[in-house]
Amino acid sequence: MPGWLSADLVIQASYFVTAVLFILGLKRMSSPVTARSGITWAGAGMAVATLVTFLYPGMSNYGLMLPAMAIGGALAWWSGKRVAMTNIPQMIALYNGMGGGAAAAIAAIELYRGAGTGYVTDTLAVAGGIIGTVSFSGSAIAFAKLQGLITRSVRFRGQQLLNLLVLATALVLGVLVAASLDASPAVVSGFFVLALVLGITMTLPIGGADMPVVISLYNAFTGLAVALEGFVLNNAAMIVAGTVVGSAGTLLTQLMARAMNRSLANVLFSGFGDTGQAATGEVSGILKPIEASDVGVMLAFAQKVIIVPGYGMAVAQAQHKIWELTQLLLDRGAQVRFAIHPVAGRMPGHMNVLLAEAGVPYDLISDLDEINSEFETADVALIIGANDVVNPVARTDKSSPIYGMPILNADKAKNVIVIKRGKGAGFSGIENALFYLDNSRMLYGDAQRVVGELIQAVKSV
Amino acid sequence: MTGMVALYIFMLAAFTGYEVISRVPVILHTPLMSGSNFVHGIVLVGAMVALGGAHTPLEKIIGVIGVLLAAGNAVGGYVVTERMLGMFKSSRAGRGRTGTEAK
Repeated sequence: MPGWLSADLVIQASYFVTAVLFILGLKRMSSPVTARSGITWAGAGMAVATLVTFLYPGMSNYGLMLPAMAIGGALAWWSGKRVAMTNIPQMIALYNGMGGGAAAAIAAIELYRGAGTGYVTDTLAVAGGIIGTVSFSGSAIAFAKLQGLITRSVRFRGQQLLNLLVLATALVLGVLVAASLDASPAVVSGFFVLALVLGITMTLPIGGADMPVVISLYNAFTGLAVALEGFVLNNAAMIVAGTVVGSAGTLLTQLMARAMNRSLANVLFSGFGDTGQAATGEVSGILKPIEASDVGVMLAFAQKVIIVPGYGMAVAQAQHKIWELTQLLLDRGAQVRFAIHPVAGRMPGHMNVLLAEAGVPYDLISDLDEINSEFETADVALIIGANDVVNPVARTDKSSPIYGMPILNADKAKNVIVIKRGKGAGFSGIENALFYLDNSRMLYGDAQRVVGELIQAVKSV
Repeated sequence: MTGMVALYIFMLAAFTGYEVISRVPVILHTPLMSGSNFVHGIVLVGAMVALGGAHTPLEKIIGVIGVLLAAGNAVGGYVVTERMLGMFKSSRAGRGRTGTEAK
């Protein structure tokens, strides 16, 4: 090794390359054409950074480090490979919480050591510690909720006050530690326990439908915590990657909240439906059922069909059948498009992933802005397992909790076919005025079975 | 690295993150969140350094937990993102072949 080539130079240069690869990778992930290569680039960056870190001078404990990496990595590999696409949101929450926990662990080692490395460093360690810990316990709760391990949203009077109290106490202990007034292990432990509690009590009252926004927020939190601990360790790769994720995650959280017609404060501090009363607004008219064979004929002779899938479709695992039906209609010369509402699925973009899994090419899939003007010229709008996102009440009824939410204009199509399991209201408990329109017909049954019948009906025309 | 330089890096990286994401279509929100989730798995290098410098039993225990969690973040984030993005394809790439993603 030549004299100028020190281990430190190799490490710093490699971290620089890693930071560049991360940013380019994220950039490529922002377009469907290049997205796949994006994760490969970012992955290469991660591999480079991890390998050169072994060159760090004066490191020990390899006997603990390597098994820990192998076990953590293997478990994550195994769980990530076998998770169903419908359960992706909670897996993201889980992996994100792990990152937050790791950042908190770095902070804990620094603070328990109590080396007094300077007020600035200690303050950054404390800040990263509390943010990382909240992200850790909060993400764990988010995972448990989406996985169905916790089904109730715990709410009581004075909850926000209690959270505020926990936060304030944690901050006081954090200041004691950072200012070296009392950095005893007891105070440090109290600080981390309170931060853990805060993450739990902050997340428990939030309903399942808002969870994606919360996961995205905690994703930004973890990024920020990683950046802060990067400052503590003087690690440029962590600073850059953590900060980029912190700001990108914040923006993504805002975009998601906006797509759901909620403000972030609203998501965090009030349960859904707390402001409005459930099931408002009378809807006149009757529900008009239709048989699959009749819909089959209608579809077979349609020029233009727009399919509106909702989470109900994914639950029924009907996406493969729907793609089969779509191919059948395309072969007959019809124009078929998929209209995806931003909140279709469990989080924005989740429905696209579910359709992609079934083999639907992304250029047949359009978002709200692209497709809304097209409904007027569509012969059939096929609503499968979607409800609130096509409810015209959102445009007209000011007293409705979903008033103002952008919706898909399915009601403008010549014929509206609604595939639905039963007669119940949507997630929000609001009656759907669309179902009662003159051009609407209800096709009751399990989505997978019904679409199978439609395929047979179209084939026999 | 002096404090001010670090602050500048922080500021520039924050704007970079914002710019990179700002024009992303909704269809990529979930994969992108997963991708950024992977990127903060870089905490692994910090956890490795922290464990590498641990002396007391307590520091070692926390260090091992940190490395374990960080490795899970990095590997899990990569696998899930790669699976999702691998499924996105254009109809020009050949319609008719249905999804072959292994269950």
